[in-house]
Amino acid sequence: MSDLLQFLASGVTVGAVYALVALGFTIIYNASDVVNFAQGEFVMLGGMISVAGVAAGLPLPLAALIAIAVTSAIGVALNTFAIEPARGAPVVSLIIITIGASIFIRGVTQIVLGKGTHRLPSFSGDEPLHVFGATVLPQSLWVTAGAVAIFVALWLFFTRTLTGRAVLATSNNRLAAQLVGINTRFVMTLSFALSAAIGALAGVLITPILPTSFEVGISLALKGFAAAMLGGMGSPKGALTGGLLLGLMEALTAGYISSHYKDAVAFFVILAVLFAFPRGLYGSNPTERV
Amino acid sequence: MKRIVTGVVALALMATAASADIKIGAIVSETGPASSLGDPEARTIRMMVEELNTRGGIKGEKLKLVLYDDSGDPSKAKTFATRLVEDDSVVAMVGGTTTGTSLAILAVAEESKVPFISLAGAIEIIDPVKPYVFKTPHTDRMACLKIFEDMKSRGLVKIGLISGTDGFGASMRAQCLTVAKSSGIEIVADETYGPKDADMTPQLTNIRNKPGIQAILNSGFGQGPATITRNYAQLGITLPLYQSHGVASNAFIELSGAKNAEGVRLPGTALLVGELLDPKDPQKAVVLAYKASFEKAAGGAPVSTFGGYAHDAMRILTGAIAKAPSAKPAAIRDAIEATTGLVGTTGTYNYSKTDHLGLDLSAFRILEINNGGWKLVQ
Repeated sequence: MSDLLQFLASGVTVGAVYALVALGFTIIYNASDVVNFAQGEFVMLGGMISVAGVAAGLPLPLAALIAIAVTSAIGVALNTFAIEPARGAPVVSLIIITIGASIFIRGVTQIVLGKGTHRLPSFSGDEPLHVFGATVLPQSLWVTAGAVAIFVALWLFFTRTLTGRAVLATSNNRLAAQLVGINTRFVMTLSFALSAAIGALAGVLITPILPTSFEVGISLALKGFAAAMLGGMGSPKGALTGGLLLGLMEALTAGYISSHYKDAVAFFVILAVLFAFPRGLYGSNPTERV
Repeated sequence: MKRIVTGVVALALMATAASADIKIGAIVSETGPASSLGDPEARTIRMMVEELNTRGGIKGEKLKLVLYDDSGDPSKAKTFATRLVEDDSVVAMVGGTTTGTSLAILAVAEESKVPFISLAGAIEIIDPVKPYVFKTPHTDRMACLKIFEDMKSRGLVKIGLISGTDGFGASMRAQCLTVAKSSGIEIVADETYGPKDADMTPQLTNIRNKPGIQAILNSGFGQGPATITRNYAQLGITLPLYQSHGVASNAFIELSGAKNAEGVRLPGTALLVGELLDPKDPQKAVVLAYKASFEKAAGGAPVSTFGGYAHDAMRILTGAIAKAPSAKPAAIRDAIEATTGLVGTTGTYNYSKTDHLGLDLSAFRILEINNGGWKLVQ
């Protein structure tokens, strides 16, 4: 029993990390249909810049705020200098631009912030909490709470605010959105700023659990992308569910079958789900009007 | 008249040939995923060439270094190796930060008969022995043997193994499984984790539940071992924990947290604990000298085992060039193979026709983490 609880605790911790990364994909995807492969780099920047801030003697909350602001600015710069000039290019080209941007960001980070691996101190100490024989680190609760909070905020944003609906409208039909008076350029800028900010916040939350270095972005983006695909690209609910499911599958496979098959089982399930629901569990069903 | 001119030209040519620089090549992964290894290696190689030249070079001839950065890509390493041999006409090569890049370079070295000293771990590089290929780092198998030796001395014979799925972890896992039986160690659990995983508590829970288990060994490199160490403390496991030589650095203690890492043992080289060595230890002077000059040249960056591998390779190479009757690749190769009793930072090298690694188990020291620092065991 305590074993099962430990596996579940591990699964939720890892799943919340994936969910945080997956949530970052949603806004840019919703605004432009572009899967932003630089999203992992935003997470990495959030972690690396706050580590640099803390090392420079700043208190953690201030360092985290600076990291989120700087990453957000980098997101806007990515849109202004790389995505915006290529407007009108097919989505595939834009996706390739984000891959290029991710390589560029990695390279610059390596030069500016160094090649070392760093960790932030845990927000509420390292003393594990004991729950029916299983142990959970307080930081896991922070990460899980962070994922849920971002999910709620995104859900409210897309369903309750005019700006959120403007983002969705831009994605549906850019020209029509412009015709009804939506500033689509602003929507794109906003979506990159928000995505980058969410990524950076994720980076700050997970760095006490998962040490950061200039190259962690790739593996994070890969798992986050898998989680987002499983849940349904563009859906905050899908990102949260997909992330948690992926984490739980990995932990339970490692616990009950074999850790050698951990990733294989998880990806097999993803393939099976996508076979049944090609757009993911909560993916929107596109209705093309002729 | 014409004959005299020809004679003068010939003499002039001979003179330039005699005082020409000795050109050596280096290929390391200064950037890219293996940069934490390749960066100190590149610094060390540049620093040592400079030091040697300010001391007057070898037999009055300056050493000229051509260094390329393969960014961890074996196909780039192969291209650079070919360029070093064909365009730069180097007499010897050092480098190959990772096993992958080393294997790419050694193919070129063998084909063009230019001696090559590798800085990578895998035993495949020198086993079977290839005439022109040598290496300085100890192998994963030696690390396993050293750890098992220490376990047996503490009466720990039933152990659990947990390994990263990256190249380092997989290779060391295979070697440990191979030599466990002959070392009298029984491996009762065999789990793996992804090198960038955030949590390994399921694997550790399963290992802990194995009946009669006495210790746990993690073969891993990078941040995974630090996560294991923190998960270990989180789960409150009290079995002795052994880590690999891949994480023998202060960064590991920092990432794990000193409290969590307390009592962890691992095999490391003398370089890490220079100050703690016995004054009579022949390695003491060597490692302290290298540490001092590296930290000065690198602006305070701490020494690492990897820079130490490069240091030893350069010492072996420059020593061989000094002893060789001519600066021809074949002569240098023979002189490298004849190197014996050379005290480096990693260990004492004794190369021979059948051994192009030249180290024995005494090169490894068992270290224990104690109050956030290192302690020599034995």
